[in-house]
Amino acid sequence: MAGTLAEKVWDAHVVRRAQGEPDLLYIDLHLLHEVTSPQAFDGLRLAGRSLRRPDLTLATEDHNVPTTPGPITDPVSKTQVETLRRNCAEFGVRLFPMGDVDQGIVHVVSPQLGLTQPGMTIVCGDSHTSTHGAFGALAFGIGTSEVEHVLATQSLSLTPFKTLAVTVDGELSDGVTAKDIVLAVIARVGTAGGQGYVIEFRGAAIRALSMEARMTVCNMSIEAGARAGMIAPDQTTFDYLQGRPHAPTGADWDEAVALWSTLRSEDDAVFDDEIHFDAAELAPFVTWGTNPGQGLPLSASVPDPASFEDDSDRASATRALEYMGLVAGTPLRQIRVDTVFVGSCTNGRIEDLRAAAAVIQGHHVAEGVRMLVVPGSAKVRLEAEAEGLDKVFSDAGAEWRLAGCSMCLGMNPDQLAPGERSASTSNRNFEGRQGKGGRTHLVSPLVAAATALRGTLSSPADL
Amino acid sequence: MDQFTTHTGAGVPLRRSNVDTDQIIPAEYLKRVSRSGFEDGLFAAWRKDEAFVLNNPLYADGSVLVAGPDFGTGSSREHAVWALMNYGFRVVIASRFADIFRGNSGKQGLLTAQASQSDVELIWGLLESEPGAEVTVDLRSKTITAKGILAPFELDDYTRWRLLEGLDDISLTLSHAADVTSFEAKRAGYKPTTIGA
Repeated sequence: MAGTLAEKVWDAHVVRRAQGEPDLLYIDLHLLHEVTSPQAFDGLRLAGRSLRRPDLTLATEDHNVPTTPGPITDPVSKTQVETLRRNCAEFGVRLFPMGDVDQGIVHVVSPQLGLTQPGMTIVCGDSHTSTHGAFGALAFGIGTSEVEHVLATQSLSLTPFKTLAVTVDGELSDGVTAKDIVLAVIARVGTAGGQGYVIEFRGAAIRALSMEARMTVCNMSIEAGARAGMIAPDQTTFDYLQGRPHAPTGADWDEAVALWSTLRSEDDAVFDDEIHFDAAELAPFVTWGTNPGQGLPLSASVPDPASFEDDSDRASATRALEYMGLVAGTPLRQIRVDTVFVGSCTNGRIEDLRAAAAVIQGHHVAEGVRMLVVPGSAKVRLEAEAEGLDKVFSDAGAEWRLAGCSMCLGMNPDQLAPGERSASTSNRNFEGRQGKGGRTHLVSPLVAAATALRGTLSSPADL
Repeated sequence: MDQFTTHTGAGVPLRRSNVDTDQIIPAEYLKRVSRSGFEDGLFAAWRKDEAFVLNNPLYADGSVLVAGPDFGTGSSREHAVWALMNYGFRVVIASRFADIFRGNSGKQGLLTAQASQSDVELIWGLLESEPGAEVTVDLRSKTITAKGILAPFELDDYTRWRLLEGLDDISLTLSHAADVTSFEAKRAGYKPTTIGA
């Protein structure tokens, strides 16, 4: 058996291997949502094909759903959600619709149900499928043609990925989180550095992370260009899984844990590339530009485009500052925001909400700042409400919403207005991502909360 | 899928790097449930700028997009490929592509020709000095030719073969359905299903 975690999981799923062809890889779990699946179901119907394994397929409504009570008002969004419902009914796919207690962002729902398990192959027509790699699963986003391929065959033709080890040694300082790790990694690697790779995150600082924090790290692997991120399963993983609705039980549990315990890169495993970070040197990180690689520690200033050696980096930075309405040399801490968004498949889990609430508790959101708190799933929302977090946010003047993708990509009504600036716990600061003309700074939940209180990009240490 | 052997068409220089799929087609256009009609969403935000290259009538009939490095990053939305093809593009030339975008393109018959950045610069120079200049992209010889320029490009052998033959990936896999069935027979019993619980 080959040496790295990624290779072990890959090799255990090869259905067919032939010289000069990609491997045919078996897919253990196929997740669906309303945006990237309708054309795939249409393709099945047109070709008269059936869905091979409805029992390994799960759908949820997340991208279009409103986060305020009531039905979808946008007729096009409504049609898309209704199309998913019709397709799931016709092909026998389990669906968690709006209003269901298990509804939520697809990458939050599957782990909380215990469906995401070590050693699995998991795909979804969504690039943030990399999230599930936190469990030691090989999980990656696919396009709609591949969604159709998996629906029809429960497999995919793929050329093996290369492997990149990202080792984070040492211990994180107070106020530095999983989000800061991954933003620092992307800033170092660049948005293309991970192309063709699976990243395995290793080292003491990664081992010390909770499962939810590990999901935050793996979630943004795609932002470094990598298809997938992975973390070897360990006791933290097993403890998280045990007792969840779809986790194995009894003798099955013992058999599973025995196998899962072998899912780690061998000591002599050879990676195609390796990079190292010292956790102690990491600090709260924010982005200043229009791709997730354009980030710096919060203590830094907006960079001067002339300081970039590469022509295309320099052009990209120039354009980014113009779009973002920023002047080189401005301390990042002086940047004033209009909106703070806490949520998304990156940072919409209960620990993220707890972290933000702990900062907010007893304070009030700054004058002129709108703060949106959107739980990643209906279950996260219920859990938060049971802990009184909803009241902490509401008392501080923040808006407590229903679960969904929300302002991460603005397919529902939660959007920035042109020129508006946000501090956002989501994953992409692309031009217009959160609404036409909107300007996004990616941050951790702690930085988001502190920023909401001060009105300028801040960490809890600034309070 | 139609066979792709060679294509000749007017080139469009897009001097931008890191063109993410949110720029190629913004989220608001993703709500449709068809595969066609996405051309109106292509580069929707940028097309509001009169100076944007696609607003220049000299490039209006372009079918070969020549872009900066790291084209197609971000979201896995295949709508980006549909939008480019619905608009009339058959080829994108760049020095680097994001993985998911490149995979999606290969499934739909949009050729992603990976050339060196210096060759991309040469082609940009030509297209800007002679708007409307034609570019020929030959998949058999994996070469790009344009007035005075001959540049090789890369595409993996398997995708190249499928494009040349016009083969549908799903039909190819279904011919190995027996292998999938025997794999399924050996899967561990503790693996989860989505039913029940």
